[in-house]
Amino acid sequence: MFPFSFEWIWDTVHMVFHGGLWYALNIIGIGMTYCIIKAVYDTVKGNGGHHH
Amino acid sequence: MDDALIPKGVKRCPLPQFLGVLGVVQIVLLWGVVAMFMCWIKGLNQTNMNSYYGFALWIWADLAVIALGGGAFFTGLLKYIIGKDELKYIINYAVLIGFICYSSALMILGIDVGQPLRGWFIFWHANVHSMLTEVAFCLTCYFFVLCIEYLPLVLENRQLDKVPFVHNLSHNMHEIMAIFAATGAFLSFFHQGSLGGVTGVMFARPFGFREHILIWPFTFFLYTWSAAACGPCFTILVTKLTEVFARKKLVKDNVIHLLAKIAGWMLFTYIIAKTIDTVYWAVVTAPASGTMLGSFYTNNAFYGYWILILEIVICGWVPALILINRKTRENNTLLWIAVSLAALGVTVNRWVMVLQVLAVPVLPFEEWVLYLPSWQEVATTILPVAYGVTVIMISYRYLPIFPQEIELNPIETEGPPEGGTESVPAQEAETQEEEKAGEGDLQPAEA
Repeated sequence: MFPFSFEWIWDTVHMVFHGGLWYALNIIGIGMTYCIIKAVYDTVKGNGGHHH
Repeated sequence: MDDALIPKGVKRCPLPQFLGVLGVVQIVLLWGVVAMFMCWIKGLNQTNMNSYYGFALWIWADLAVIALGGGAFFTGLLKYIIGKDELKYIINYAVLIGFICYSSALMILGIDVGQPLRGWFIFWHANVHSMLTEVAFCLTCYFFVLCIEYLPLVLENRQLDKVPFVHNLSHNMHEIMAIFAATGAFLSFFHQGSLGGVTGVMFARPFGFREHILIWPFTFFLYTWSAAACGPCFTILVTKLTEVFARKKLVKDNVIHLLAKIAGWMLFTYIIAKTIDTVYWAVVTAPASGTMLGSFYTNNAFYGYWILILEIVICGWVPALILINRKTRENNTLLWIAVSLAALGVTVNRWVMVLQVLAVPVLPFEEWVLYLPSWQEVATTILPVAYGVTVIMISYRYLPIFPQEIELNPIETEGPPEGGTESVPAQEAETQEEEKAGEGDLQPAEA
């Protein structure tokens, strides 16, 4: 649910619940986007990583 | 036939033998899938759930696998955040077990909701006053995190790793895994806790209701604590079982003992808190609601004091004392007993908090109501076990799950000209083979 949905109410509970959800989804999304873009960049540049 | 896909330097059984065993597991899996489709096509009348048991075998299985899968978040926390680097040798397997447990939990929920096509309602039309909404949010997000933690392992397959983009992606994901692990620990803390909070806030059911710290009942903290304690025990148990089936050692003892020690102290502190909680509930909370301890454990055909003793003493204190003592922890038989009891203990706890809560009469004119699951419920509950065995078998065969396997299981190779055989680490053996093969070839420069 987003703040522009008709069910949305500007109260603490909505902000905490959905804020937590978006926070987690953003970290996951940004993290994966970073990994994919960097992998494309490294591949084009011919850099090879090494595993741990 | 599939040699090219098997990790370098390890030995696996022949493909026909592997497919034979996998086929047997698929029969069980198929049984569960048939029951699952019966529930989806014909509806929840296929189950023995009723007005008393809106939560039944599925929800118990759900809570149990989520607790047992807690090894993934807690081991990740220890390795990536606290810096217990030795655990890198078991973290892959902990993640795999967590992935299986959480995907199973979501699968069970997918059957239980009855209308899976409306599953997205909980995200869009969220009831923000429900602990279960928090569980749905965190569970789904944490499953994404587990997929991200499991993906690099899949990408490290011998053939996939040859693709430069895949190799780089896997490498980059390893680089920032600590961020995902921290997010996973955050999400796990809340969804494990909220699952416990569900029973703890039900003041109309004195068997489950507990005192609160601010808005959180004691069960909120006890659930997270028990998952962090018993999840790693389950990881050790499954690792030990895998070693038995693979007939080889896969993880060094010092790694297992370290995880067992940490899990032991978590279990020890948990069981102290659980005992205090139980005593306070029996002496203060339950009497305040007009009930007595005896009314929860007598006058019925199944639930007696035995289940309380089983959960807290036999599956709580006993494994905790075994695991915190170095001598007993390092005894293989006692370690097996301790991790098995701990895993059993957390499943008994979830059973009690899901099913005994509903069985206890709450009004003067009510009787105990016991419940027997239908075969469809049993089959769909066994389905995740067959699914888990399948995923473990495939992952173990084709992915580098155990980093110490090569070192612990050197492959027998032909020895020096005098005859006989000698053992060398498998990777070294392969390098030697490659060197031998290369000796006959002229390199471009030499040519």
